[in-house]
Amino acid sequence: MQQMTQLSSLAASKPLSVGSEIKVNNVSKSYGADNFAKEVVHNCSFTIDRGKLTVMIGPSGCGKSTLIRLVAGFERPTSGTITIDDKPVTGPGVDRLVVFQETALFPWMTTYDNIMYGPRARNEDTAEMRGFAETLLQKVGLSAFRKKYPSQLSGGMQRRAELARSMINKPNVMILDEPFRGLDAMTKKLMQEYYANLYNEFRRTTFFVTTDIDEAIYLADRILIMTNIPTRVRAVIDVNLPRPRQVENVVESDEANAIKMQALGLLHEEAMKSFARGSKAAADFIDAYSKRVGKQ
Amino acid sequence: MNAIKGFVLKTISFVTGEDFWRGIVAIIVFLLFWETGSRSQSWFGVAFPWVSQVPAPTAVLQEMYRLIQDPSFWHSAYLSTLRVTEGFLAAMVIGIPLGLAMAVSKTFYGISFPVFEVLRPIPPLAWVPAAIIFWPTQELSIAFVTFLGAFFTIVINVIGGAQAIDVRYFQAARSMGSSTWDIFRRIILPGTLPSIVVGATVGIGITWAVVVAAEMISGGGSAGSVGGAAGGGLGFFIWNSYVGGSYTQIVAGMISIGMAGYLSSAILRKIGEWMTPWLAEG
Ligand SMILES: Nc1ncnc2c1ncn2[C@@H]1O[C@H](COP(=O)(O)OP(=O)(O)OP(=O)(O)O)[C@@H](O)[C@H]1O
Ligand SMILES: [Mg+2]
Repeated sequence: MQQMTQLSSLAASKPLSVGSEIKVNNVSKSYGADNFAKEVVHNCSFTIDRGKLTVMIGPSGCGKSTLIRLVAGFERPTSGTITIDDKPVTGPGVDRLVVFQETALFPWMTTYDNIMYGPRARNEDTAEMRGFAETLLQKVGLSAFRKKYPSQLSGGMQRRAELARSMINKPNVMILDEPFRGLDAMTKKLMQEYYANLYNEFRRTTFFVTTDIDEAIYLADRILIMTNIPTRVRAVIDVNLPRPRQVENVVESDEANAIKMQALGLLHEEAMKSFARGSKAAADFIDAYSKRVGKQ
Repeated sequence: MNAIKGFVLKTISFVTGEDFWRGIVAIIVFLLFWETGSRSQSWFGVAFPWVSQVPAPTAVLQEMYRLIQDPSFWHSAYLSTLRVTEGFLAAMVIGIPLGLAMAVSKTFYGISFPVFEVLRPIPPLAWVPAAIIFWPTQELSIAFVTFLGAFFTIVINVIGGAQAIDVRYFQAARSMGSSTWDIFRRIILPGTLPSIVVGATVGIGITWAVVVAAEMISGGGSAGSVGGAAGGGLGFFIWNSYVGGSYTQIVAGMISIGMAGYLSSAILRKIGEWMTPWLAEG
């Protein structure tokens, strides 16, 4: 109850927030046999609040996707626990929906059939669901493309269709792993807007992974900044910008800039650490971000 | 209406396209070479090697014109078509579920694949004597050998197609609440369909090759006896032409088999396109 009030004050425009609460407690994850084990996640703890959009950002290769697979239930932690509404995660569940970086629309189904996949799988092909599908088609700007197959859609359209396909299932938790990676800048900005609108409308607990700090600030209620591999949470930054947000306003606001500077500083430090260890990924990372900071 | 317009536009652009004319010219040159070659003895007094033995295209054309008015030729064509259809359909009906089962169940795969892989390299024609012994009628023997021709190709394609389906589709389907049956029906089946189409198209080509050879080997001997339809067919027709020394008829028979094979592949390809609309461009 206390949490609900706290939430509603943050999400001023839409007090109604739904979904589950995820707790990650002292989770570690190693790959490989004992002596050759490679620790990817180390003693990591964080909470993803009910109905909130939590964005995880960290150096490339630090273990973000690994954490996603753990929360999704595709893999089990080596130690520690993950709970959803205080129930331990033991495997994949219908309450969680994962949208991966590479599109996984079914090529043999039209946009509409893809979106209706979930409801039909659960025998819920009702008038209400079809109505919801229409709403979603409209929200993601694909009404005119309902009868097209994925191969006939552009990359951005495919991502949007996939968002709609996930949304219609009203999952308690949405998990997105760099969903807009690899899209060109214009498409990416559009996608972020479409996505933010969807989130504002339907408010599900969301775990969103990205390497793009601007995307993180534009979307997040809370940002988790991760350390390098083996990863854990380095810092938690709350983003209290009012919703709905405009990309332009976010870029200009002082608060956003302060968050950005703070986050970049931390990320830079993390990148430097692994750079000292000679990681190519970290070197690329520093390169990319020095360019960004230089532009400011 | 749109479909008709599309077809007309496509046909026009095809007929005006470079590929079309290149193909036409190639065929004309080929026929000219053939005609000249086979008439070389009478025209130049010198017999060209090999081609001079072959009846000229004009002669073959004349023979074909005669044949299409000949009911016994049509009966042969009918018999072969019937066997191809039977063998092919049986191969589909048995091969598709078998391939799917092998792709879906690790246990079943482990049991059946080794046996399958040992039988697969045996050429269908090597089965002819055994088939004649095993099956009560000659007709069944021929149909069985025809069936084998398509069967292995279809099964291999179905297994390959089903196993190549991206795991992400299964993960996505599961996380949206799909049951196992639902996944089979809406992911595995359509995901395998393109490979089934390929297997069927290739398979029916092999079927024609096999049926003709099987007809030649088993001969028309039992025609008129029990299971009266046995024997005959285009394979036997060609063999008979050879025995009777009618070389134009041999070539005419060969061409009609080529056309039948082409036609059946084309029909299957069309059906395949219609069943897999997501693979169409544009
Ligand atoms: N199944 C596995 N077996 C062994 N090592 C693995 C496995 N999965 C991931 N890793 C290792 O864990 C590390 C982190 O991988 P992960 O994909 O989680 O990082 P990430 O932060 O998502 O990276 P990116 O930014 O490239 O998406 C990598 O070094 C990777 O090699
Ligand atoms: Mg990743």
